[in-house]
Amino acid sequence: MTRLRVNGRDHDLDVDPETPLLWVLRDELRLTGTKFGCGIAQCGACTVMLDGMPRRSCVTPIGMIEGSEVTTIEGMEGPEVAAVQAAWTAIDVPQCGWCQSGQVMSATALLQQIPQPSDEDIDNAMAGNICRCATYVRIRQAIHDAARTLEG
Amino acid sequence: MSIPTTRRGFLAGGTGLLLAVTLPVGRGRAQMTVAGPFAPNAFVRIGTDDLVTVMIKHLEMGQGPYTGLATLVAEELDADWSQMRAEGAPADDRLYANLAFGAQGTGGSTAIANSFMQMRKAGAAARAMLVAAAAEEWGVPASEITVKAGVVAHEASGRSSGFGALSTAAARQPVPEDPPVKAPADFVLIGTDRPKLDSASKSTGTAQFTMDVYRDGMLTVVVAHPPRFGATLARVDDSAALAVKGVEMVRTVPSGVAVYATNTYAAMKGRDALILEWDDSKAETRSSTQMFAAFAEAAAQGGETVEEEGDLSAIDGAARVLTAEYRFPYLAHAPMEPLDAVIETKGGKAELWFGSQFPSFDKPTIAGALGIAPEDVTINVLMAGGSFGRRAQGSAHLAAEAGAIAKAAGRDGAFKLVWTREDDVKGGYYRPMTVHRLRAGLDADGAIVAWENVVANQSIMAGTPMEAMLKGGPDNSSFEGSTGLPYRLGARRIGWARMESPVSVLWWRSVGHTHTAYAVETFLDEVLEAAGKDPVQGRLDLLPPEAARERAAIAEAARMADWQGPRRDGKGYGIAYAKSFGTYVAEVVEVEDRGGTPRVTRVWCAVDCGIAVNPNVIRAQMEGGIGYALSAARHSRITLAPGGTVEQSNFHDYPMLRIAEMPAVEVSIIRSAADPTGVGEPGVPPLAPAMANAWRALNGARQYQLPFGGAIS
Repeated sequence: MTRLRVNGRDHDLDVDPETPLLWVLRDELRLTGTKFGCGIAQCGACTVMLDGMPRRSCVTPIGMIEGSEVTTIEGMEGPEVAAVQAAWTAIDVPQCGWCQSGQVMSATALLQQIPQPSDEDIDNAMAGNICRCATYVRIRQAIHDAARTLEG
Repeated sequence: MSIPTTRRGFLAGGTGLLLAVTLPVGRGRAQMTVAGPFAPNAFVRIGTDDLVTVMIKHLEMGQGPYTGLATLVAEELDADWSQMRAEGAPADDRLYANLAFGAQGTGGSTAIANSFMQMRKAGAAARAMLVAAAAEEWGVPASEITVKAGVVAHEASGRSSGFGALSTAAARQPVPEDPPVKAPADFVLIGTDRPKLDSASKSTGTAQFTMDVYRDGMLTVVVAHPPRFGATLARVDDSAALAVKGVEMVRTVPSGVAVYATNTYAAMKGRDALILEWDDSKAETRSSTQMFAAFAEAAAQGGETVEEEGDLSAIDGAARVLTAEYRFPYLAHAPMEPLDAVIETKGGKAELWFGSQFPSFDKPTIAGALGIAPEDVTINVLMAGGSFGRRAQGSAHLAAEAGAIAKAAGRDGAFKLVWTREDDVKGGYYRPMTVHRLRAGLDADGAIVAWENVVANQSIMAGTPMEAMLKGGPDNSSFEGSTGLPYRLGARRIGWARMESPVSVLWWRSVGHTHTAYAVETFLDEVLEAAGKDPVQGRLDLLPPEAARERAAIAEAARMADWQGPRRDGKGYGIAYAKSFGTYVAEVVEVEDRGGTPRVTRVWCAVDCGIAVNPNVIRAQMEGGIGYALSAARHSRITLAPGGTVEQSNFHDYPMLRIAEMPAVEVSIIRSAADPTGVGEPGVPPLAPAMANAWRALNGARQYQLPFGGAIS
């Protein structure tokens, strides 16, 4: 049994401890907002928060994170994620949408760390998230918009 | 492609059968609405809660048909945008055919073009029935009733109502056969921006895709495919795979060896544990280098003539002859959601949930694999996490594999077929690798007197159920964009040499234009430079006066970029133009030299797609098309090693454009009253040639192969 704390709830799971967190979230807990894109931490579609820091769940075995706090997009709360999601919707960032949970997670983590990011900060924080629809122009714009909202 | 939208087409797709349609219910839909009493046709559902749900007959894969087709209905219904919802229409050829194809399917950037009148008529019919119902209930003439922003009103009596309250009475009204639609001058929604219907669910992780579907008792299935194209299974040892916790069974299917497990990780681990031997006797064993040599030789021999005008021997008398050979690699589409499908079998029937892009091919294929009748197959079409052509399969190979795993299970049940990224990158169905050979003759004044372009590549359609559409002729999708050029090029010959290989190929966002626009527009720049002409003015001079839309697109892109020639302030500027899928696009690209490699910093894009239904979606598709094209031009190639195995496997060795490389993009939509044409693909073709032309201007190097900076032969 592996005990996992996800979105504030404990789960005792009879799962191979090598199993990546991504597949436990999806197949066992049915938290499908976290997406599979590559399985090797190259695309960022599977990004979750692990103890408040962005982490690629596809390469994180659950046996290694017992006692940690996992937050998926379904469990995100706070002004940063609200501002990001509002900005994302306001300028219609998503096209196909598959990568956008991961983009929102990375953008939220960025704004939690750097409330008023520069373009270079955005390039660095979002470098691990691929969007094949290339919504990057709008991702950049939406992050700046969200930062302005938070500034108040 | 011209897409006639006839009344017959509308009726065939709609009203005659409408009332027989039941409201589809299924899991995994993005938005569920109250099941309304009012379903005037196959496309429109109006609930007592005032919500209007449009059944979208085209796959939503990011290109925007949920919003686009709903806009067309809302316009003629005079609905308020906030009450509009969209749902994927199920597989049903009788109701949901693409009027450009005569079958249900999404492709060729046709969604808006073929639906433009059909969806407006569907909305207009619903509006007329709501008005008739109100007239009856209120005892007033229908001609005095107005509808605006979702409110039906009669000014003289002061009565008004939402759609929901009238829906039951409206359902009893006769369905008008040919309701009038608005004149363009009266459009309220078409041509203006409004929020997309799927942005919120896609920003919160709640949008439902195929991989998000879970059924009771469902097993996840991954399939081991042969490492060489055309190989077949010789022997399998599944004992270690079956020992993996969670693996339930292993079965041989036509496409390989399927591993069934209680979760995805166990399925993948089980597959890794298979010991497999393959029969390579019919496999492609050549390397890309060997194939390129064969393709180049075929191109040099001239191919079959697919377009000819004048006498090409004019080139023999030319004062100057330029020649060039271009090489383009195989490309994987790599949509972010890899291929997947959920199938559930029960008592001789099958129900599927997936992003089916060609339901008309997928449905009979699944039926065939299971040995049941097509009418016993239900396909719930879900949103797809990208496609770029990958899900539009003439071969219906994913549907065939889904059917095969369900059949091979030997029992009823639910199965989720999942392709990993490695399956996707190594799995074929690539943009065809292609060689172009061009020659142009100039007279003493620098005027072009002859132009020859020979294309060597595989056919996309031959060998699939779509081969019949070729009627024995050449496959236009292999060389489209090299033919029908608007420029005055003197005597002209276009040739095509059809290559054969077991490597599977498919349309990749903008299809033939992915390579033809590059070869044509960079070679044209080379010819103009030899003649001492400016790239913009030189192109305009080659266009006859009747090519007004081409000229306008080029002039607009140049105006936006403040074009002053191909080089200034240490930056290079290039232009390219291409018409694809009926849409005219010109792009100017600004390039900087970053340590010997090109960095695209800005792109100006002028697009003429006829009436702009949703300007915001059009801009998004141009931005995305530019990024998609730049990703390929900068990074992408699929290559075969000696022996025929694919050298790439995932995003670490098949890299994608990331945010820091994305240029600023400015889009100008040219005003037009022409019928709308597509935007999903046409933003792609001009980017790479404009970039190459800018790079040539900046550092003098010509780029005769893609991607930039990579030797592929």
